[in-house]
Amino acid sequence: MNSEKELKRLSRRGFLTMGVAAGAGYASWKWLRTRPREGDVAWPFRRVLEANEKIARAYYSPERLSPEFRPSDLTRARINGGQGLKSPIDLDAWRLKIEGATSPVELTLDDLRQFPRRTIITELRCIEGWSIIVKWSGVRLADVMEKFPPPHMPQYIALETPDRGYYVGLDIESALHPQTLLAFEINDSPLPLPHGAPLRLAIPVKYGIKNIKRIGTIRYTDIRPADFWGDRGYDWYAGH
Amino acid sequence: MHMRLERKHPLAIRWFHWINFPLLAVMIWSGILIYWAYPAYLKLDQTTWRALHVNNRLAEGMALHFFFMWLFGVNGLLYVLYTLISGEWRELVPRRGTLREAWNVLLHDLRIRKEPLPRKKFNGAQQIAYTSVILMGVGSLLSGLAIYKPVQFAWLTWLFAGYQGARFVHFWLTVGYVAFFLVHIAQVVRAGWNNFRAMVIGVEVTHE
Repeated sequence: MNSEKELKRLSRRGFLTMGVAAGAGYASWKWLRTRPREGDVAWPFRRVLEANEKIARAYYSPERLSPEFRPSDLTRARINGGQGLKSPIDLDAWRLKIEGATSPVELTLDDLRQFPRRTIITELRCIEGWSIIVKWSGVRLADVMEKFPPPHMPQYIALETPDRGYYVGLDIESALHPQTLLAFEINDSPLPLPHGAPLRLAIPVKYGIKNIKRIGTIRYTDIRPADFWGDRGYDWYAGH
Repeated sequence: MHMRLERKHPLAIRWFHWINFPLLAVMIWSGILIYWAYPAYLKLDQTTWRALHVNNRLAEGMALHFFFMWLFGVNGLLYVLYTLISGEWRELVPRRGTLREAWNVLLHDLRIRKEPLPRKKFNGAQQIAYTSVILMGVGSLLSGLAIYKPVQFAWLTWLFAGYQGARFVHFWLTVGYVAFFLVHIAQVVRAGWNNFRAMVIGVEVTHE
């Protein structure tokens, strides 16, 4: 008889506890999902994305490189994303503006070609999940920054298309990564318009969304720059 | 006949188990939202995915996935640590003879073999299933990290035969959880209320 009573007692306690825990879990879920949004995602999720970014930046090392491939590994260069490419562009009149340097800078493509030429074959990983192997030729963003230095080392770099239809923000260490290129060629050909002519970013330490096409302006800044997809619910850092 | 209460599942294991259930569900659901941005392996027909409302929810899926990954990982780690420290692992980890026993359990469950199963906490088939699902969890965390940070952990991504290899493993492990879940539910239903209740209150009723 004792065990009968004990079973009743344990059952009441066990199922009640489980019911309360399930209710608390469900309420927490509802609460999390209904918080005011920051950058189009409920703020608790934004905070965790930022905490993940802190850990990633603490662990990050410029010595770690994105794997490089052989020319025979190249895949079809898929075209994805036309934001910032919709306005007409006169490629001859195009200049790369650098803001925040000790004096204002405007560069032509020929000016950029004076820097040491770099070619890498790396994987471009789209945030959607697909990836392609691409050969990029261009110059290191770090080399250009060294030639046109900011008064002090900024914390961030902002890049924008000429019409500001697309814009990305980069942490300074990813911008200075040796594989981060201002690219003017894709797979041995000058960039076609849909791939971002005349100049785009090739940054294999980031998702594809940071590989901004048709760069108009580069800005050195200590204020965390806005980021097109970061404003639309995605992780601002988006780093690999 | 006397009714006796037998201690079966420790409190900690019950909590880890029941906490894992919604966490894994959220990881799978958010994983589907991510996967659906580029469904490379399994595709659904339009009516099904429209009914599921999984389209254009990549950002939401990633925010959920990279939030709940911590809770899922920590809960799993605590479970493994608990089984190791408490000695509970001895009941769970397969040993010599387990495979043969599991085979007999399978024959028994399919009603091919008549002999009753040995009376112990977990039979051979359960030991293999419960240990495999933990190893799958480890595989999910590692392949997930290989996808999440393929440059900082390039060696790990390389072990999975590259970025797409890691995605492939990560996806099929998830299909494996769903398969595990279906068999698990069927077996729990078959085993009956007494067995299920033991996972909630800790004790099982025996008659002698």
